[in-house]
This record gives sequence, C-alpha cells and structure tokens, in this order.
Amino acid sequence: MTMTDTSVRTTSPALDSKVPTGDIDTMWENHKFSMKLVNPSNKRKFTVIVVGTGLAGSSAAATLGELGYNVKAFTFHDSPRRAHSIAAQGGINGAKNYQNDGDSVYRLFYDTVKGGDYRSREANVYRLAEVSTNIIDQATAQGVPFAREYGGMLDNRSFGGAQVSRTFYARGQTGQQLLIGAYSALNRQIEAGSVEMYNRMEMLDVVVKDGETVGIITRDLLTGEVESHSAHAVVLATGGYGNVYYLSTNAMTCNVTAAWRAHRKGAFFANPCYTQIHPTCIPASDDHQSKLTLMSESLRNDGRIWVPKAFDDDRLAADIPEAERDYYLERKYPAFGNLVPRDVASRNAKTVVDEGRGVGPLKNGVFLDFEDAISRYGKEEIAARYGNLFDMYANITGEDPYNRPMRIYPATHYTMGGLWVDYQLMTTIPGTYAIGEANFSDHGANRLGASALMQGLADGYFVLPYTVGDYLADKLGDDVVPTSDPVFVEAENAIRDETAMWLSVKGTKSPEYYHRELGKIVQNEIGMARDKNGLEKALSEIPALEEEFKKNVRVMGDNTSMNVELEKVGRVADFFELATLKARDALEREESCGGHFRVESQTEEGEALRDDENFRHVSAWEWNGQDTSQTLHKEQLEFDYVALTQRSYK
Amino acid sequence: MNNEINLTLEVWRQDGPNESGRFETYDAKVSEDASFLEMLDLVNEGLIEDDRQPITFESDCREGICGTCSLMINGEAHGPNKGQATCQLHMRTFKNGDHITVEPFRATSFPIIKDLAVSRAALDSIQQSGGYISVGTGSAPDANLVPVPKEAAEMAFDAAACIGCGACVAACPNSAAQLFTAAKIQHLNLLPQGQPERWSRTENMVDTMEEFFGTCTNHGECHEACPKEISLDFIAFMNRDYVKAKIKNRTLSGQR
Repeated sequence: MTMTDTSVRTTSPALDSKVPTGDIDTMWENHKFSMKLVNPSNKRKFTVIVVGTGLAGSSAAATLGELGYNVKAFTFHDSPRRAHSIAAQGGINGAKNYQNDGDSVYRLFYDTVKGGDYRSREANVYRLAEVSTNIIDQATAQGVPFAREYGGMLDNRSFGGAQVSRTFYARGQTGQQLLIGAYSALNRQIEAGSVEMYNRMEMLDVVVKDGETVGIITRDLLTGEVESHSAHAVVLATGGYGNVYYLSTNAMTCNVTAAWRAHRKGAFFANPCYTQIHPTCIPASDDHQSKLTLMSESLRNDGRIWVPKAFDDDRLAADIPEAERDYYLERKYPAFGNLVPRDVASRNAKTVVDEGRGVGPLKNGVFLDFEDAISRYGKEEIAARYGNLFDMYANITGEDPYNRPMRIYPATHYTMGGLWVDYQLMTTIPGTYAIGEANFSDHGANRLGASALMQGLADGYFVLPYTVGDYLADKLGDDVVPTSDPVFVEAENAIRDETAMWLSVKGTKSPEYYHRELGKIVQNEIGMARDKNGLEKALSEIPALEEEFKKNVRVMGDNTSMNVELEKVGRVADFFELATLKARDALEREESCGGHFRVESQTEEGEALRDDENFRHVSAWEWNGQDTSQTLHKEQLEFDYVALTQRSYK
Repeated sequence: MNNEINLTLEVWRQDGPNESGRFETYDAKVSEDASFLEMLDLVNEGLIEDDRQPITFESDCREGICGTCSLMINGEAHGPNKGQATCQLHMRTFKNGDHITVEPFRATSFPIIKDLAVSRAALDSIQQSGGYISVGTGSAPDANLVPVPKEAAEMAFDAAACIGCGACVAACPNSAAQLFTAAKIQHLNLLPQGQPERWSRTENMVDTMEEFFGTCTNHGECHEACPKEISLDFIAFMNRDYVKAKIKNRTLSGQR
C-alpha cells in the first residue's frame, strides 16, 4: 500500500541537508566537481583531528594523510587495531555484480532504502551504493584476504534483505580483515609522518570558538593528564551507542561519550530511538553477564525456532513431544517461516518469553533446533556449514548443540541513530564531522546485514576526504587557534573539575552497578517493543536513577594513573543523558518503523505499521543546556526514486 | 547448570610501571557458566564494595577477536585451553577448590602499566615499519583484475588471523616476537598484491622486531599459546624471505 502525503511538511531551518539538486545517479560526481579544492602544497597547512580508529576513523585518517593534510588520530585503545569494527563477522556489500545476477548500484541503493524502512536520506544512500565498488577494490589491493573461488576470483554470498549475492567476506572475520587493511594504510601514514597517532587518549570535549570547531580536549588514560589539541576540523568516528543497554554485542568499552560531548556543544543528535536488535545471540546466563555474543543469523537457514506450548515448562527439549512444541515463526509466517527479517524474529522471541514460555535455566531464550537438519543432511554437513558457530556456542554455554537445541535470544547489536550530518557528513557544528556508525545517515530505521562495514569505509575512504576540503578551502591562511586560548583553558578546566567531582562523591556503588541498572530500564522500556506507558515510565525512572548515581557512585583510585573506574563513570553519565533522550525520541515517534516498534502502531496482524504522513522525517535533537530538555527539529525525507511500501512477510 | 565453584586467586598487583609488585590472595565464588573475565569482574565488584582497589586488567570485545585481553593463568598465556583467548575461557574449565595464579604477560618489551595491564606498543612499531601494501586510496585496480589462487588466499588468511594479542611473546622463554612478525609479514608476502614490497617489508619488519624482542630458538611455545593457532611454518617462510632479502641486490628489488 502506498501512502499519499497530504500534510504540509517543512524541514527545520536549522537543518540544511545540502543535498545537491539534479539526478541522483550523477549527483555525487557533479558535487565532487563543484566542491572547492585545496591545492596539494596547501593541504599541509591544515590540521585535521580524527577521533576513533575503527573502519571509518582509520580509513579517514589514512586517506587524509595520503592527501597531505596534517592529521592527528586519537584512540582510547592501546592500538588502533582494537576498535570494535574488528568483531564484525558476516561481510561487506559491494555492488560489483560479479555474480552476474542483476545487481547494480541502483539495486543496492533501492534495497538499502527499503531495508531501512524509508527513514534514510536517498541522496546519501545512493552515494554509499555508488562508492561500495571502490571499497572492494581498495581493500583487495591492500591485501584483505577475501574468500575466493578456485579460479582465483572473489567469491560472494547472499545476505538478508537482498535477492542477489553481493556480499564479500573473509571467513567469519570480515571486520578484522578490513580493519587490518585500514590500519595498515594508517600505519603507512604514521611511518610517513603525515599522521600523528595518539593511543590511549580519550576525547572528552569538542572545543568551539565563534561558532566553529577549533579542536578537542583529551584525557591521557595512563597519566590522567588533560590536554588540548587544536585543529581546523574534527572528525568523529567513534561508533554507536548500543552499550546504553548494558548487555549488547558491543565491546566492553564502546560508549557514546565523544558523540554526546559534541551533542552538548551543538551537534544535533538524530533518531536515538533507532536500535538494531539481532535475533540470534546467546542468552545471558546470570546477573553477572558482562556482554552478549552474537552468532551469525545464517543459522536460521537450517535451524527451527520453537518454544513449548505450555507455560513454565521445565522439561528438557528432548522430553517435549512434537505436538507440545510451538514453532511460532512457521505458524505465524508460513511464507518466510524462520527466515523472517531480524526485527520480526526478535520481536516474536520477546513475545513468547514475556508470556512465560522462555527456555533455559533463566527462561530467557527460545530454542533453535537443528534436529531435523541433522537428520536430513547428516551431522557432517551441518558441521561443515556451522561448525565454528556450534563450537562457539558449546564453549560459552557448555551445551552440545548437535545433541540438544541451541538457546537464543535477541540482543542489541547496532545503532542506526547518531549525530545528524548533512550530505557532506558535517554535523550542525561547523567543522565537526561524524562518520561511520557515529552518524545517522544511511541506514534509516533498520540496517541491512553487511552494510555497516560498507558505510564505515565509504565515509572514511571515499566521502569525507573530499568534503572536508570544501570546508577547509575557505580557511586558507588561518592559523589554528592556539591551545593557550581561553576557550581551551576553560574547556580543560571543566574536564578537570568533572574528574575531581567523580572522585569526590565517594558513594557506595560502582559505575558498573549503575550501568547495569540503567541497562535494565532501557532494555525493558526502550527495547524491542515500546509503548507510551513504558516510555513514560522510563522517563521517570532514568532521571531518578541518574540522580542516585550522581550522589552515590563510588569511583576508586586516583587521577594520575590508569583508572578504569574513572574512565567508566564519565561514560555511564553520558549514557544516562542519552537514555533519557532515547526514551523521548521513541515516545515522540508514534509509529513503528524498522527497529522501532510502537505497540500502538501495528497492523491487524500485529506487524509494524509506519505512519508516513506524520513521521516521514528525521528527528534531530538540539541540546539546550543541562537543565532544559532538548528541542526537536525535523528534517523531512523525500522519496523521489524509491516508492514507499509497507513490508509484509506473511 | 549454574553450579557455583569456590576458588582461591593469587593475583599480581603492581601500582604503577616503576613500583614493585606483589601477589595478593582473593577468594572467588562464581558460576561455572561465567567467563574468566566475568569472574574477575565479580572479584572487583567485591573489592569496590569493601573499599579496596579493584584489579586493573584489560579486555574489550570478549569474543576472542580484538586481542585486548591477556593474562598468564597458572603460568600459561590465555590459560589452559588451546586456541582460545582469555576472554573465551569459561570457569567450567576449573573445579571447586582450585588455586589460580593470575599474572600479566611478562616480557621486557611489554612493560607493566598497572596490575595485569601491559603496554604492547612495540607490536605496533613492527607493523608501522612495513606491515602494509603501499596503495593510496583511489589507486586500486578492479578487485578481480588480479586473480589470487585460492590456496594462496587461504594461507594468507591463516596468517592474517593473528589478533595481535602478544601471547606468543609472553609464552616464549626468550620473549621473541617471531610468530607475530611472521604472521604479519606472510599475510602480505603470500599475496600477489604484496610482491612489490616483499623484500623491503621483510627486512624492515624483522629488523624492527629485533630492536624490541628476543631471539627465536625454536621452542614452539608461541604456537601452543596462540589463540588463533598460527602455524610455525610462517616463521620458516619469514626466515627464508629475510635471507633472500639480505642477499638480493637491492637495486633489483621486486625481481625474483
């Protein structure tokens, strides 16, 4: 069904997307031509700071260094190679059409807009699809060992949400191999002296003077020293905010702090309610679980998902007869069965667990059963297909999935929201850019598999290095603002005061405790299904817990040596503020779209129901100070190429 | 399911790089389903509750891929299980009443920062000295222009699987970094794309390695400790390439 739009729709004057005019297929090419250039000998006069060294940050820093800019790159890890991009398993999309199956830039663009449930900006997505082919070339030339066929050509596989095989992969560790590629390009520039690398440094503020970015404030995680760094432009490549849930598939140190501090300095935060929940993760085993582990959703190709029909059934799976099992996805979605999209599979798992039909010691999972597949194909064939995943499962749970069904439950995996950026990837602070998962731009309300790696590298290798020049060209002859300037001194002092404040609270509970408690609220009320009552509850519970946290947190240690507790407390504080905004954003968006399911907005069959008339926009929130809530700005989305349709998987 | 076990931990505590360290003893009670690092999290929660300094240790992905976690567990890098990083080690490997010694990775080139956290910056130095193929963004040819034999791609991948954790160095009686360096060199040297810089890469990376690390005497402990089970064969390939690099006339670099 196509919705007709009759309402008056206007974009906030504060949000100029700067999408060029003209046809979408020549838009980026024309825009590259019309952007201002900085000539090669002038590039070294500009300093660009890149924060974060995952796929987006490493590729951006390396490319800017190659171009001749004076680059300073920062990571809070001990080495750029450890960023969480490294954990991506599945693959990276590229519209190469090597399989001759009808793929094209236009098809990748179309699939991504549709997969994002029509909540992304067409122009950005088209550009992403366009440069996707260059990424595959670049990575291959760097020595990324993608899977190959016997003739020596690159192999592809298909992935959810697509009917063509366009995913390039490197066993189950495509993320690590692509990151090693970007990291090696970065190393080459470090060796060449064009990139100065700062490891174990956490960015704690963006410094703005007269409305423009002039640098950042960092804290040295080994010495506690607070320092200023001047630059003509700052690029944030600092990842997503999935750890606001406490339990997620993100790494332990993933956090929203850099993006959030930029938000507090004027960068609008877009669509914080959009979170992707991955259906095939291993359920938590007890209250002390520190993170969740994802298993490739390819498992759903051969595994059958079920729960007992009875409530609180304590029998082992083998003791439950066929007639007493509920294969609920096969029952509700006969056409797609166990292969419904991620959001549908996740939501249904939550429903049956909430009903009291969950399985496992904590009754917090559903079965993923390979018994039929093993009897059909044999154990060897199943081992060949999924052996590493079965081993991983057995290692974590102590259960043998060849003999008893796996237990799975959805977990937060990726965040589509992030800092609002225009077509040039600039935030609402002139001179501050956001790339990769840190921005909001390309995935709408739901990200397709194998598209996160693509976007990080597209932004870092092929988009930002051009667009940053357009901004810098006008600054030729301007020196960086010295770090002795009062704006830097004041910002540094504010960070020192904040650090001292946390150490002086001397309460009774650790930052970890508050993070875990916050995560429970976010998981319960802003998780896979949201409703007005729950969101309002979250909006009263989060600030109450935040107040207790500020009065009662106990931060051990000092500020002059490595102090993991002190690192953590500031990140938890920022998660509290983000969680509140996330709840408000989810409350305001009274429609279901992609990963955002509002219980009030569903079809008669219980499927997500979009409201294109009222919510076909990006919600971008403006910070108004600590004691005032953010203002909502809307960027209306236009769909000139992809027709709006309602998804159905019956 | 959820059986709890009681353990006694002997943990290395060291307040800073220049302080002297000591072992401290802690009791731990933990579910068999917990991971080793979750067990340490739990000990830390208890220490914080008692107003004592938590144990500093590093970890990140907790899926065995980022290479951040380390630890010598009962004298073994990443603990007793083969092919696993510390974060993948689960407590069901141990039994009720066990004593477990937990130390940092020890090597002269891995200075201790605090407690169990060490600096592995020397590994980055090796990488920066040549662990790359010089191809600027935008100058790559079509990805299928150069066919790569599947066997070569697979073998390059086996080397590229190295997660840079440094267990090989910690396990080596000489604190040598041959396995790490060989994996990084051979990942690129085995591919057609890596040929132009093959000899200079090998020479630079090996020479840089030797600035920081000890000498290989073929003990093979590195392979035993490696969470990715990187093969010792790569060290042989590296040595071959290093000798070739040294005897080749450098003006003919790039020719066989």
